[in-house]
Order: sequence, then C-alpha cells, then structure tokens
Amino acid sequence: MKIAGLFKMKRRKPLDFVLFALTWICIGLTVSVLALVVGYVLINGVMYIRPSLFAFQYTVENQSLFPALVGTLMIVAMALTLSVPIGVFSAIYLVEYAKRGSRFVRIVRVTTETLAGIPSIVYGLFGFIFFGVVLGWGLSLMSGAFTVSIMILPLIMRTTEESLKAVPDAFREGSFGLGAGKLRTVGRIVLPAAMPGILAGVILAIGRIIGETAAIIFTLGNVARMPNNLFDTGRTLSAHMYALANEGTHPGEAHATAAVLLIVVILINALSSRIARLIKAS
Amino acid sequence: MNKFSLADVNLWYNDFQALKNITMDIPANMITAFIGPSGCGKSTLIKSLNRMNDLVEGCKITGNIMLDGEIIYGNIDVNLLRKRVGMVFQKPNPFPMTIYDNIAYGPRTHGIKSKFKLNEIVEKSLRDAAIWDETKDRLKKSALSLSGGQQQRLCIARALSVQPDVLLMDEPTSALDPISTSKIEELVIKLKKDYTIVIVTHNMQQAARISDNTGFFLLGELIEYGGTGQIFSVPGEKRTEDYITGRFG
Ligand SMILES: Nc1ncnc2c1ncn2[C@@H]1O[C@H](COP(=O)(O)OP(=O)(O)O)[C@@H](O)[C@H]1O
Ligand SMILES: [Mg+2]
Repeated sequence: MKIAGLFKMKRRKPLDFVLFALTWICIGLTVSVLALVVGYVLINGVMYIRPSLFAFQYTVENQSLFPALVGTLMIVAMALTLSVPIGVFSAIYLVEYAKRGSRFVRIVRVTTETLAGIPSIVYGLFGFIFFGVVLGWGLSLMSGAFTVSIMILPLIMRTTEESLKAVPDAFREGSFGLGAGKLRTVGRIVLPAAMPGILAGVILAIGRIIGETAAIIFTLGNVARMPNNLFDTGRTLSAHMYALANEGTHPGEAHATAAVLLIVVILINALSSRIARLIKAS
Repeated sequence: MNKFSLADVNLWYNDFQALKNITMDIPANMITAFIGPSGCGKSTLIKSLNRMNDLVEGCKITGNIMLDGEIIYGNIDVNLLRKRVGMVFQKPNPFPMTIYDNIAYGPRTHGIKSKFKLNEIVEKSLRDAAIWDETKDRLKKSALSLSGGQQQRLCIARALSVQPDVLLMDEPTSALDPISTSKIEELVIKLKKDYTIVIVTHNMQQAARISDNTGFFLLGELIEYGGTGQIFSVPGEKRTEDYITGRFG
C-alpha cells in the first residue's frame, strides 16, 4: 500500500488503521525473530565450516559431522518408508472406507490424538525397551527408525485425513456418476487432489525427525561414527549438536554444525515443495 | 417407449420418508422436468435413477424402478448402470485436471486406452456439448480455468463421454448467469434427439420452455404428472396451480 493511501485511511477510519498497523507489527515481529535466529546461526556458524568437518571418519581433532549427517538422512529415509505408507493408507481407510462417525473410527481417532500428545522421551524409553531390549536390536538405526516412525505416525495420519476430508464430495460424486468404482475414485481423483496436503504433513514429519534428540539418543544412541549396517549405532545431527554443546570444548564446530543442520532443513523443505509442485503439475 | 418405469417407490433417510409411493413412467428421447418447492424430494428421486443414493448412509428404498424393463435395484452392476445413466450436478464439478483428462476420465474408466480413440471421444463429446470451439486450443489447460457456464457444459461433455442413454440433470443452471443458462437450455433441447433427459429445475419458465413432460412434487409425493403444456395451462390440481403461479414455494 502506498504511503499516501495509508494516511488517507488514517484520517477516515481510525480503527481500520489501528488493526492494519497491528497486523503489520505482528508480521514484522514474526519475521524478525525468524531472521534473528537464522542470522545468528549462520553468522556464527558459517565461518567455522571447513572441509575437515565433512571428513568420512570422525576424530576428536576434526569433529566431523559427516557420520551424523549420514545418520540423519538414514533415519529420515527409514522412518518415512515405514510410516508414510501405513499412515496414508490408514487415513484413506478411515476417511474413504470406514463408516463415517462409527465407533471404530472414533476409537482410532482418539488413539492417534493421544499418541500425538505423548512427549518424545516416552517414545524413546518405549523404543529402547521394546526394539532395543525385547527385540534385541540394541542401540541401532533400526531401533531409532522404528521409534521415530511410531512417533510421526499420528502426524502423518492426521494431516492425510484432513487433506482427504478437504477434497470436495462433488469430485467423488462426479467420478461415481461416470461409473467409476471406489478404488479408481480414490486413486485417481481423491488422492491426487489431497496430495499437496499429504506432502505438507510429510515435510512436518521430516522436521520433527531431524529436530528430535531425546528419542534418538535413547534408541539410536549417540556415537560419532559411520554406522556399518542397519543394526549399528550412530547419531543424528541434532544429537551430534547436543553432544558438542554439552562437551563445550568445540564451540566453533558446534556453531558450524548448527549452520549445516539449518541448511539441510532448508534444502529438504525446498526439495519437498518442489516435489509437491511437480506432482501437482503432472 | 418408456425409458424408466417407477412403481410404488418409497425412500427413507433413516426414519425420514423422503419419497412416498412414486409411480410414473419416463418416456425415452423426451425431456422430463421435476418441479416443486425445496425439500420435496426432486434430487432424491433423480438420484435414485442411477443409484447415487447408494452412497448415502441410512438410505433405504422400496418399490420398483426399471430401466428398459430391467430392475435397477436388483442384482446389476451399479457402475454399468451409472455409465448408462449419466449425471450432471447442480454446481459444476469438473475434476482438478486438464480439460482433456476430464473428458477422457470416463472412457478410460471403462477400459479405453487407445490414444486415437480417446482423442476422438474427447472431440465428439466436447462438440456435442457445444463447447468444442471454446476449448479446442486449450485442451491441456486446467478445467478450473473455464468460466462457470463453460464448466457446466464441460461436465455435460464429460457425462456424454461414456455414451449414456440417459442424462440426469439436477438444477444444472441454478448456479449460472442467464446467458450460460440459455446456452445450456438450447443444448439440452438438441440432446433430446439422442438421449432421454430428466431435469430438475427451480425455474418454472425453464420447465415450460424445454420440457415435454412435467412432474410436480410436494413433500415427497408426486402430485401431478403430465404433458408440460397441459400442466402449465390447465393444471388438474389446485396445489399445482398455486405453485406454478407463484403462490408458494
Ligand atoms: N442425505 C440425506 N440425509 C437425510 N435427509 C436428507 C438427505 N438428503 C435429503 N434429505 C431430506 O430429504 C428431503 C428431500 O430432499 P431433496 O431430495 O434434496 O429435495 P429437493 O431436491 O427437492 O430440494 C428433504 O427434507 C431433505 O432434508
Ligand atoms: Mg435438490
């Protein structure tokens, strides 16, 4: 809006002007807090980023974050592989197939809502005992991935459910009206229309996995080395940062790791929204 | 020749009876209009002709509906029934995909894969729905980029794409401007040569302009049914006359 317009508004409708100003102040605050955090992390971190930080092996001298980066990507990939199909298909069942508002649907919904509210450390303890001890997987990528996949399952289910419900019934009617069956209607009409929302849920889930420390340290462990196989221990970037910050002996590397973590998150988000746009376009 | 024969059709939504003892014949290659005040069961009846009511939970229907002498609530393939009895809805509901894919969706559903055949069907359907000239240069554009009236004609084209015998139209022009409405009315009159058309309308003039037969409904009952000329000039029932002359509804 032009400044002149702003002054005109100020004269004519004082309340409008106050609301308008308030909105802008709030937006300004939000953006500046975000800019402050990002700026702080990048300014303090970028100057410490060195090639040795990406050495294949971690040593006390190089403080390499590479094993942790690999661990992060492994955990994200494994957890999504487990929970996205299960979460999406459960949601499809609940919205498209189960009788709307039935007892069963209500029970499942309450259960997922409860699961979504449990603190991650509880998932960590459960994962440690169940996957680590009972199944004997110990501290490993497997224990970690299974644990966080349970943790993000409610998120995936809820966002998928919401995006399926947001697809207008008119699309379903149009498809049934042409003689298409349920499977085709859901697969060809409803799912593509819901896809952007589902992907937004997946992006949120990725963010939760990357940012997780408690559940990860309990199940994957926090050992700074390259995992040899799926049943080997390792660490993620967040756990790595936690360790570095705790030790306090390498503040520069800790800052650099934070910067890399931030960049990874930004890259993954950019990639996902690109995928979302590609899917929408095709 | 009768396309549909309805005998003693009763329909309930849970405990609420929405249709009461409907008995009527719907002739082939004619336009049959359903009129009546809101909530009298017009949509319910038209949706029971292609079993779209099956999708409504708690909906129960008794009596007999026959299409070309075949009972449609018996042991038949509902998807094939809906292929034969196409439907156009009150609000245009093109799928969020290209114009081409909107039309090709139906034939693809019924197993047509050949690109050549699909191109042919898409062009023919769009021509028959009088929207080919407006869309032929933008088939790969999203159907949502069309205007409301164009979207509705696209939906008619989509319904025609699976070569139905019957076209059910539930207030197809109630969301459209007068110019789009008259385009669709012209189109419907043209289509009657090849299709049996059942149209629900809120608009008395529309029913009078385009339909051959008119049924007047009130609270789930068929009050009067006959030739449109006769219903509108010498209605046999006081209630029909009151409705047509705008005394209620
Ligand atoms: N899915 C439904 N569940 C319960 N009642 C319904 C449903 N659909 C319609 N009805 C009721 O059935 C009656 C007839 O509705 P409808 O056929 O939509 O009327 P019209 O199309 O003539 O306006 C109305 O009283 C309406 O409230
Ligand atoms: Mg209606």
